[in-house]
Amino acid sequence: MSKGRVDKETGVETTGHSWDGIEELNNPLPRWWLWTLYACIVWAIGYTIAYPAWPMVSGATSGLLGFSTRAQVAEQITEHEAKNAQLVTDLLNADLAAISPSDDLHRYAVARGGSVFAAQCSQCHGSGAAGAKGYPNLLDDDWLWGGDVDAIAYTINHGIRNETDPDARYSEMPAFGEFLSGEEIDAVVEYVVSLSSGDVDSTLAQEGRTVFADNCASCHGDEGLGDRELGAPNIADALWLYGGDRETLHETVYNARFGVMPAWGQRLSDEDVRAVALYVHGLGGGE
Amino acid sequence: MSEPALYAAQEPIFPRRVTGVFRRLKWWILGVTLSIYYLTPWLRWDRGPNLPDQAVLVDMANRRFYFLWIEIWPHEFYFVAGLLIMAGLGLFLFTSALGRVWCGYTCPQTVWTDLFILVERWIEGDRNARVRLHHAKWDFKKWRLRITKWAVWLVISVATGGAWVFYFADAPTLLGDLVRLSAHPAAYITIAVLTATTFIFGGFLREQICIYMCPWPRIQAAMMDPDTITVAYREWRGEPRGKGNVRKRDRAAAEKAEAESRAAGPGEARYTSTPYPNKALQVGGAPLLAAAQQEHGDCIDCMACVNVCPMGIDIRNGQQMECITCALCIDACDDVMAKIGKPRGLIDYMALSDEPAERAGGAPKSVWRHILRPRTLLYTAMWALLGLGLVYALFIRTDIELTVSPERNPTYVVQSDGSVRNIYDVRLRNKSGDDRQFRMSLTTDAALRIDLEGNDGHLDVSVPADTTILQRVYVTALPQDPAATDRETDLRIWVEDLVTGARASRETTFNGRR
Repeated sequence: MSKGRVDKETGVETTGHSWDGIEELNNPLPRWWLWTLYACIVWAIGYTIAYPAWPMVSGATSGLLGFSTRAQVAEQITEHEAKNAQLVTDLLNADLAAISPSDDLHRYAVARGGSVFAAQCSQCHGSGAAGAKGYPNLLDDDWLWGGDVDAIAYTINHGIRNETDPDARYSEMPAFGEFLSGEEIDAVVEYVVSLSSGDVDSTLAQEGRTVFADNCASCHGDEGLGDRELGAPNIADALWLYGGDRETLHETVYNARFGVMPAWGQRLSDEDVRAVALYVHGLGGGE
Repeated sequence: MSEPALYAAQEPIFPRRVTGVFRRLKWWILGVTLSIYYLTPWLRWDRGPNLPDQAVLVDMANRRFYFLWIEIWPHEFYFVAGLLIMAGLGLFLFTSALGRVWCGYTCPQTVWTDLFILVERWIEGDRNARVRLHHAKWDFKKWRLRITKWAVWLVISVATGGAWVFYFADAPTLLGDLVRLSAHPAAYITIAVLTATTFIFGGFLREQICIYMCPWPRIQAAMMDPDTITVAYREWRGEPRGKGNVRKRDRAAAEKAEAESRAAGPGEARYTSTPYPNKALQVGGAPLLAAAQQEHGDCIDCMACVNVCPMGIDIRNGQQMECITCALCIDACDDVMAKIGKPRGLIDYMALSDEPAERAGGAPKSVWRHILRPRTLLYTAMWALLGLGLVYALFIRTDIELTVSPERNPTYVVQSDGSVRNIYDVRLRNKSGDDRQFRMSLTTDAALRIDLEGNDGHLDVSVPADTTILQRVYVTALPQDPAATDRETDLRIWVEDLVTGARASRETTFNGRR
């Protein structure tokens, strides 16, 4: 190579490029840097051969190493499940009520149950398990069918009033609109309101008491305390599944209610059902 | 016109051995920093049966950082962030006060390169021998020397990569595993990568790292100002330079040459051995030769400063991005000045703002008057404040901690008797090495009751050593209590170690039904 012009000010050779008299100095890049660029190109080509890279019509080249993130995840899940195998066995064989909350098995079950709950149960019961109108709040101490962990597990396993599981918890309130007159329903509603609140028309409530004793007490009890064997709600407490105002109660008595829950035992594994039971039991209302 | 070469081969540099104050200081710093690096993982520190006994350990698997008596949990990462900010401010402070002392003395690139050059000199000889070897044919001797050198470098590199992984696991155990080939692949991969980088960076790339890869030479320009003490050449004292034995001849030659050059006009500079020749010397031949006619300066142009420079530059060309201010040229020049009976400090640490005074024959300002200026004082103040803050934070830490996160979905739960309950997820940390029994309690102006999930009415929780547990806590207001209907009620959740009496608490709120 012949020497280019040397810039007087800096003593540096120029590239010979000149724009409006401004000349470009040539401060050469180290050659090893150029080689790192080539090395990177070679690496990149090798990489696209070894790993999935080039997009094709359907999918991409799979790469010589056969690497796939999906397979990697599957492998990690398998690894994880192998690690938890003993806990799963323990969970299946344990007496749920006897597992101590400080036990690793309990922590595992609650964590597992939490994720199952989020995926399967939260649609109706809410992600915080606070429920909604017609869908019970699982955080409080009011249970229609029992709140100990075995009762909860049974409910999850077989569900409520579904047609798929013969062991489902089942009860049905009649639609009293067919049997009772409007006045009688008004009266019994007033009486039911009086059970949990003082602010009522006492004459009307007194009339309703008789209607209640004749039609309702057989399931809900004389005092309206309900019956868990029948899934009959306690209607003397502060909590209402569908609402405790007169209008809603009128609707409930007239049409009745028929809340359904699927039998999760048919959809989930036994360990998942047990895990969710422990999770729900630990939310605050467990007995 | 032919295309100029846009790429250049790396210029080989053969730093000559040098002795002197700064070289000695650098050996000491090299020894101390390398010892710290290699030995720290082997220091033991007894923390009791449940915790590791390595003095400095970054335990990634269990998310703990141990430093002597300090144990840092992930939520205390602000200590590490604070230390990094302090390191940054410290770098600003030292650079604004003393130039690139970090680069010249303590940067790992400098320290390991120094070590590698030491090995090189030990095996291949000093500068002249190495230059000869560089140009020699690849015969048996050259192969023998090169392979020996590379082997020693490789041993150092493996030790360097090896030392790094010991910071992340129990050093004796890991060493055993490494030797038995049963350590985790991550350890081997880390060692391999660090071995390769150490070997290549310290052995071959050296100054190329500083010039082309490191961002700091660019940033440091913003950190330095005319009061910064840095390595510089007293050009007014040294120029015009000239070798002692040719000075006389120079003068005669100069007179003759000047006459010719006047006739010929501006010509090529004489000093073109370095890439950026001093402008005053370079513009045309005439001024230089006119200067040569006058009395010579102290610089005898012996090239000692250039020969010892690990960056391969000529400090006499002024401040350069390549200069890492390692001060070896000062040692080299002082040595020469002593031999020719001139005062030391032709090349010296100095502030560039002293130049006019010195040029006029005056004395420079004192070092402290350069160093103590608003900028450095501000950096020092920021650095110290942050440091004090971290120390304060360190000392008010307790080994019991709790965090309270109120359940917000839903904010409250009504019970069948009409009472209102709030749920709190409380994380209890036992940072000590023993299992501990904690009791939880509540302080509030209202009549609130505290319960723990799964605890059947009692308020004691056992937390295993060095563990965080999640405890669901319920706070309940009876229906008639104002807190049951008030929008918010303040409360404080306490945790107390029943044995030591240590306590910790968190404030939170209770939401009534509304």
